Amino acid sequence: MAQVYGNDFGTPDQQPGRPQMPPGPADLDPETFVELLADEDRVEPRDDMPAAYRKTLVRQIAQHAHSEIIGMQPEGNWISRAPSLKRKAILMAKVQDEAGHGLYLYSAAETLGVDRADLIDQLHSGRQKYSSIFNYPTLTWADVGAIGWLVDGAAITNQVPLCRCSYGPYSRAMVRVCKEESFHQRQGFEILWTLSHGSPAQRAMAQDAVDRYWWPSLMMFGPPDDDSPNSAQSMAWGIKRFSNDDLRQRFVDMTVPQSEALGLTLPDPEIRWNDERGHYDFGTIDFTELFEVVKGNGPCNAERMAHKVKAHEDGAWVREAAAAYAAKHAVAEGAA
Amino acid sequence: MSTPPSPLWEVFIRARRGLNHVHAGSLHAADAETALRNARDVFTRRNEGVSIWVVPSSEITASSPDERDAFFDPAGDKVYRHPTFYDVPEGVEHL
Ligand SMILES: [Fe+2]
Ligand SMILES: [Fe+2]
Repeated sequence: MAQVYGNDFGTPDQQPGRPQMPPGPADLDPETFVELLADEDRVEPRDDMPAAYRKTLVRQIAQHAHSEIIGMQPEGNWISRAPSLKRKAILMAKVQDEAGHGLYLYSAAETLGVDRADLIDQLHSGRQKYSSIFNYPTLTWADVGAIGWLVDGAAITNQVPLCRCSYGPYSRAMVRVCKEESFHQRQGFEILWTLSHGSPAQRAMAQDAVDRYWWPSLMMFGPPDDDSPNSAQSMAWGIKRFSNDDLRQRFVDMTVPQSEALGLTLPDPEIRWNDERGHYDFGTIDFTELFEVVKGNGPCNAERMAHKVKAHEDGAWVREAAAAYAAKHAVAEGAA
Repeated sequence: MSTPPSPLWEVFIRARRGLNHVHAGSLHAADAETALRNARDVFTRRNEGVSIWVVPSSEITASSPDERDAFFDPAGDKVYRHPTFYDVPEGVEHL
């Protein structure tokens, strides 16, 4: 199963999102679809495609969209308390970008024949998920830095290969998203850099944020490969290009030297360079915590959903007014 | 709490003078004016455009349900429409 914004999966005991049947042999797939994949060509909305491919994409893109939207909350929490006007303007721009990412992705999902309103409904009723990383609280300003550096950093690692995803509208959305993401990661790094070069208290705050966000960020890549039964199908379909563990390793390799530049430690005593492998080794991830969060037992699951549903309901009058205004003018134009 | 679904619009953006408008994506909006404003906020937050068109998706007529069918076949076997089809004798220039 593809991971995108992480954990597009249930707990080991309940995997509601999994396709019910293993996708059929290639001879059941439309001929053009098989050819397109063989040619590394893109599949476009009106092409014939296997039902399971469509279903996998809808679920993945919807979950990705939901993650962008819910992901505005942890950082949005700090907009009113950003330490300077400059930081506040930057944070607003970043959070606004995330809203934009959600919109690109919802419209990519809609090209597969689903309705955005329906997807939002499924999020609100808990039938579709979003990345568990956003169920952790942002306790201090340094968390905004840690999110930009680590969470956006992990998201970028996941998203860059998706720019070559076999489904055209999804890959185009990802190109747009990736262009915008790089500033997100840098601004986070810069926040941590500033704090880590500040007072002892600021430095401690930065270290604490990194300590709390490191392991959840690694979990964003999803379960280990042995435990990711649908990854192979997503790879065969050209939706996923690299395995969860490969992407996670890539992220660790990029991030360790950056942490050294920051003068902050990553909370894993097993991190060390392995000359033989040409990669950093790192400790074993405790996925039991992640599965708890996926199940809804994370620190902020209920709060995130309640806030999202309330925002949607509070905005109903705006949608109704816009629709009424449009209808009135359509009538006026018809009469003219 | 049900709002009627707002129509879908296709967004075309001219990145700068001298270029065509190019399809950028789609969005929902109640009317054309709102669609334009939303398109500005969604697709041009970094000066990606100097002009935007929005078109109701329902108004677009597309060539065929399958993008690879016989509709484009007539162009397939007319290699003589390309300059590379022709032999140019050795030494002849500017042709
Ligand atoms: Fe994003
Ligand atoms: Fe981001």
